[in-house]
Amino acid sequence: MRHVMIVGASSAIAEAAARCFAGDGDRLYLLARDEKKLESIAADLRVRGADKVDFQIFEANAFDSHDAVIAAAAESLGGLDTVLIAYGTLPEQSACEADYVVTLEAMTTNALSVISLLTRLANRFESQRQGTLAVISSVAGDRGRKSNYVYGTAKSAVSTFLDGLRNRLYGSGVNVVTAKPGFVDTPMTASFDKGLLWAQPEAVGRGIHRAIVRGKDVVYLPGFWYLIMLIIRHIPETVFKRLSL
Amino acid sequence: MAPQRAGQPPINDQRARLMAATYESWGRYPAARQSAARIAWRHATPYPQTENGQSVLPYGNGRSYGDSCLNDGGYVVDVRGLDRFIAFDETTGILACEAGVLLSDILRLTVPKGWFLPVTPGTKLVTLAGAIANDVHGKNHHRAGTFGCHVRRFELCRSDGQRMICSPTENPDWFAATIGGIGLTGIIMWAEIALKPVAGPLVDVEIVRYADLEAFMSLAADSDQDFDYTVAWFDCLARGSALGRGVFMRGNHAEIPAPDRRRKDGGLSVPFKPPINLLSGIMVRAFNYAYFHRAPAQARRLRQDYDPFFYPLDKINRWNYAYGPRGFVQYQCVVPFDGGVQTMRTLLDKVAASKRGSFLSVLKCFGDVASPGMMSFPRPGITMTMDFGFDGAPTLKLLDDLDALVSDVGGAVYPAKDARLSARHYKQYFPKWEQFADFVDPQHSSGFWRRVMGAN
Repeated sequence: MRHVMIVGASSAIAEAAARCFAGDGDRLYLLARDEKKLESIAADLRVRGADKVDFQIFEANAFDSHDAVIAAAAESLGGLDTVLIAYGTLPEQSACEADYVVTLEAMTTNALSVISLLTRLANRFESQRQGTLAVISSVAGDRGRKSNYVYGTAKSAVSTFLDGLRNRLYGSGVNVVTAKPGFVDTPMTASFDKGLLWAQPEAVGRGIHRAIVRGKDVVYLPGFWYLIMLIIRHIPETVFKRLSL
Repeated sequence: MAPQRAGQPPINDQRARLMAATYESWGRYPAARQSAARIAWRHATPYPQTENGQSVLPYGNGRSYGDSCLNDGGYVVDVRGLDRFIAFDETTGILACEAGVLLSDILRLTVPKGWFLPVTPGTKLVTLAGAIANDVHGKNHHRAGTFGCHVRRFELCRSDGQRMICSPTENPDWFAATIGGIGLTGIIMWAEIALKPVAGPLVDVEIVRYADLEAFMSLAADSDQDFDYTVAWFDCLARGSALGRGVFMRGNHAEIPAPDRRRKDGGLSVPFKPPINLLSGIMVRAFNYAYFHRAPAQARRLRQDYDPFFYPLDKINRWNYAYGPRGFVQYQCVVPFDGGVQTMRTLLDKVAASKRGSFLSVLKCFGDVASPGMMSFPRPGITMTMDFGFDGAPTLKLLDDLDALVSDVGGAVYPAKDARLSARHYKQYFPKWEQFADFVDPQHSSGFWRRVMGAN
């Protein structure tokens, strides 16, 4: 039985992953900003078979609270061996370009708060010498492009941090999973025109659960994004800078 | 790209435009364009900020065949994001869940624990709220009545912000109006239903071929005594003395436990939208012939999983696409037992004379278990279902002719499957319509409702 903490548990992808853990009979500790949402999700996960579900309101940018939150999760679950960090915001690129404060906020939420959590979790997991740390990054972090490079920069920082963490914790038996979803059809992205590349949050959530259970390192979700990003990453910069992506 | 779910996503023009085309009914006729608001949280208000006071209609999984789930020119509120369970008591079989939970999700959860849906339609890919709003029925209507008979309570949200718990004792008039109220009385946010105990996922089935309508009636009368589930498929192309011949299926839940080995739902799929109707002419002829003759002349018994027994068509994703770009219409009527065989004969003769075959034609005897729903369709009698590839005026003319017969004998037609019923016939079929209209939310409407409240 896993003892799973999910940070950003009210996101559609996190909820889908949480249902997989619940189906396995795992214990879950949910963190998100909205208590009503947490109540709804927790009740659902209990019916779906979770051994125990507890939750707490969480503000990602209250860095000082991170230690206490982790301790509360471990106490409630009787241990902590799996963490999924799933929150994030999609800042408006043009607003970031107009005002550095918006960029700073996006970086704080999407990169620094995640790094704060991971720093504390890494030490804990390193000393307990087991467990899995999983974070939802994004294909946007694989290469900067003009339509969303602030978001991409934050995700890139997270991905790079995770690479290093994976390297450091390998010897301690701690697995680090970087999940890189492509386009996901959530209410927030409802205004985008949906083509063939769009995936449902259920499928992405299941993919993350699978990656955690199987001890993967870096996963693209759905898998075809690996090929797309392989090509994108290898376009020479002299060509890439001329593209409208 | 960022995983996040907003509580009440704002509606804007761009989204309205982009999503308009993606909401259709199962018959894919008539076409309708509507804006959509997706909801995901039961505590939040489900109503979008409409710009010009456009009307609103809740939308589930789009398995209604005609326009009762469409709202041309208005909004649909897509409730599929309300897909959470709330509570399940494994000792009593009482299940509470949100409006958009699919019946397939319920079965996946509850069958391994020994509980089955008390009533199920021929597809499990409908939402809980849709099953209530259409007061759906199944092969056990003669025993268990409609889905609404097993609803304990639900929460109804109205466009003025009011929220009501409705049950047989709390707001009972709203309870009655909303069961079978096709989404017009408000938005159901969650509901609590009573499941029925089963030993496992298996069903003991008997399949027997029968020669004509009289044989169907006597089989139904016999079988309804001993079998929870009875239904017949009939050969819509048989004429004369063979009129109504078909294959009778009856079953009971097997009284032995067995592991529930269900993997992913679906399987085969109609992978694209074919440019023509694939289910016409020779195909219908061949299928009907083969289906009848494949069945054994002597009753055959088998023990099978609930999926092939209850939901054979769910195996083929998007089977409705096979009807081609013009879609199809389904016609389900019920006629009273008194003189019922004669009426059925006249109806089937009419269909046969129109040279229009139906791929799947179904006969079933409804029982007399009363539904709590004010506008419920099932009533004691013989019910017949046929579907026809849509080809414009000739199809509409045929169905109008059938309506003339059905209304003469005091029958009714099922709104969940309807795309063309006249206002005059609707009001005959559902004489409580005036009483019901008082419960219709002022902001709610649908293609179906505007049509049957029209002047024709």
